[in-house]
Amino acid sequence: MMLQFFCLQGVFMLLLTLSAHPMGAWLAPLAAGRVSGRWQRVDAMLLRMAGIRDEGMGWRQYALAVLVFNLLGALLLYALQRLQGLLPLNPQGMGAVEVGSAFNTAISFVTNTNWQGYAGESTMSYLTQMVGLAVQNFLSAATGIAVAFALMRGFTRRESADLGNFWADVLRVSVYVLLPLSIVLALVLVQQGVLQNLSGYTTYTTLAGHAQTLAMGPVASQEAIKMLGTNGGGFFNANSAHPFENPTELTNLLQMLAIFLIPAGLTHAFGRLAGDRRQGWAIYIAMSVIFIACAVAVMAAESQGNPLLTALGIDGGSGNWEGKEVRFGMAASSLFITVTTAASCGAVNAMHDSLTALGGMVPMWLMQLGEVVFGGVGSGLYGMLIFAVLAVFVAGLMVGRTPEYLGKKIEAFDMKMVALVILTTPALVLLGTAASVLLAPGLAGLANPGMHGFSEVLYAFSSAANNNGSAFAGLSANTPFYNAMLGIAMWLGRFAIIVPVLAMAGNLAAKKTLATTNGSMPTHGGLFISLLVGSVLLVGALTYLPALALGPVAEHLMIWAH
Amino acid sequence: MQSIVANPNLASRAERALWWPATRLLLGLTVLLGLIYPLAVTGLAQVLLPAQANGSLIVQNGQVVGSALIGQSFGKADEFWGRPSATASSPYNGAASGGSNLGPANPALAKAVAERIAALKAAGPVAPGPVPADLVTASASGLDPHISLAAALYQVPRIAKVRHLDAGKLQQLVLQQAENSWFGSQATARVNVLRLNMVLPRG
Repeated sequence: MMLQFFCLQGVFMLLLTLSAHPMGAWLAPLAAGRVSGRWQRVDAMLLRMAGIRDEGMGWRQYALAVLVFNLLGALLLYALQRLQGLLPLNPQGMGAVEVGSAFNTAISFVTNTNWQGYAGESTMSYLTQMVGLAVQNFLSAATGIAVAFALMRGFTRRESADLGNFWADVLRVSVYVLLPLSIVLALVLVQQGVLQNLSGYTTYTTLAGHAQTLAMGPVASQEAIKMLGTNGGGFFNANSAHPFENPTELTNLLQMLAIFLIPAGLTHAFGRLAGDRRQGWAIYIAMSVIFIACAVAVMAAESQGNPLLTALGIDGGSGNWEGKEVRFGMAASSLFITVTTAASCGAVNAMHDSLTALGGMVPMWLMQLGEVVFGGVGSGLYGMLIFAVLAVFVAGLMVGRTPEYLGKKIEAFDMKMVALVILTTPALVLLGTAASVLLAPGLAGLANPGMHGFSEVLYAFSSAANNNGSAFAGLSANTPFYNAMLGIAMWLGRFAIIVPVLAMAGNLAAKKTLATTNGSMPTHGGLFISLLVGSVLLVGALTYLPALALGPVAEHLMIWAH
Repeated sequence: MQSIVANPNLASRAERALWWPATRLLLGLTVLLGLIYPLAVTGLAQVLLPAQANGSLIVQNGQVVGSALIGQSFGKADEFWGRPSATASSPYNGAASGGSNLGPANPALAKAVAERIAALKAAGPVAPGPVPADLVTASASGLDPHISLAAALYQVPRIAKVRHLDAGKLQQLVLQQAENSWFGSQATARVNVLRLNMVLPRG
């Protein structure tokens, strides 16, 4: 079984690495703020139709544009959910989504979290799924990529106040990148068995004579962008474990690749913009190292099985089967679990609440690292670049030189922004978890007793504040308390990060770019990669080890002590 | 920035310069990505791949009896059982997918598994060896169409006895229905329960 896993992981990494280059080449001109030669006339027409003048924005204006665009998006999505009962494309007659749930879901999809307190097939009309949720799957992804573009421009422009035009960035990313990729992926998914229709639910009599009703809907078109945009919000409650969302081993592999495709491509685009592709590969390798180690850890934990069940006479050697699908088994489930939480996707093909204690700890920790191991589209790269700045800063302190990254001096203002970014999410996660386990409405949501209940809450806040969206789904989170708490955590976890990132981008763009000297630390070699990986792991470990010790670590010791 | 705040005309212009393009872009992209894109994909799928797009339904004697991708609830002694399903209100509820979400140390999980083992053994003779884990644990979707090959072989003695079939021949039939998994061995092979039950002969 371990051999099967290593083969699958090898194929996955090979295909990913091969696609990083073309994807990066596709993204790089857009990141530089232009389109390549023969597309310029089409581009000019598109911008004119959208009424956009491609004028440079300073960081404040860029940040305001991000906030205004996303606020409007959230309002539109909220309104659609509340009014869906009066609108067309609703064959099952779904009524208005409840206020708290609609608030939470609107924030969830706008922030690229796609946390789901509701069950899709019994809550949302087809119109809400298409026009509301799927549109934000595109736009939240485009927003993240645009912010990453702005930060790349900050590093690579000289003495400039111009971070590019947010409207043009969102439009170009949506139309030139996300839309064509989605069309192709959606059709491949349909070919494999993913639904794509607007019919009412189908009912028939089964072989054994029971009535069975199957939920229907325009699934594939949403599934494609759900993965490509690292969104992760399932059309159905069971998400990518549902056979109509993820029917085969091939769709499972394609979905995993789709999650990492753009984050991997962005590292390469970053290297191209920096004028030194090795800079991009260094980031890519740092991400891959953490990812591969975590995937092996999940697989090792899950294939051990659950000793409490093995004691009842079941075949423990075949792994921990509760909450997994047979067509994926231990290998493809473990890899998917790691991919979806390393990236801020949050789609699931197995129920994370039923993972072994350690198998559940790894995905939780990957989110807590700040979603920088490939991470969300755009957000993964800007998050990792924040850690890169931290790494060169720490290295600079050690040798007593002013730290530099890509020729930009890292100074007090930049480090303040880095500190803000690194401290905000842990504060949201730990304070939110602490409040929830102290308050009655927080405790009322727990599904599992003991340490696992604590893990459910810790997982929920780690997922929300880091904009992942996966869950230890036993937690009853569709309550006023959790809808509000997690809604706030998602909003701040997204925009309280984006604003300082853009501030730093603006500050960097205004600086001179220094020539490389003998004294500059190279940021493409093994030393830098180790420093970067070390910074990510150290911050993550120091911040979260006490909390993890109370949850999954204690649970693991208890289970194996029996 | 100060001068903009001091001059109300400029302030409203600066605000319009954000709200108006934001609204226009949001609505334009909503039409393109929320209506044109999914409807175009639906159109293409319905023309090119109608069987898959509508649920991969299996028709027998002019009647729909199921979907090739969705499991069904089987519990009689003379049919192969699928995986336990934790879907809301009834097992294999295709309109309410989901898993049990029971944690590994939850006593309710061990209790449910123990009851399922007892039910399996009470229904008839089983193959020797440990109980295949997937046969007594709930799937993630509650709609899993498959069981492991081991879980099918485990049930062969019971079905052979009830249906008065030769156990060796039944085992051959099960092996014919088995699908391999990528890079896998016989230990990771699987069987579609509905398809297997559809081809079961009477003795």
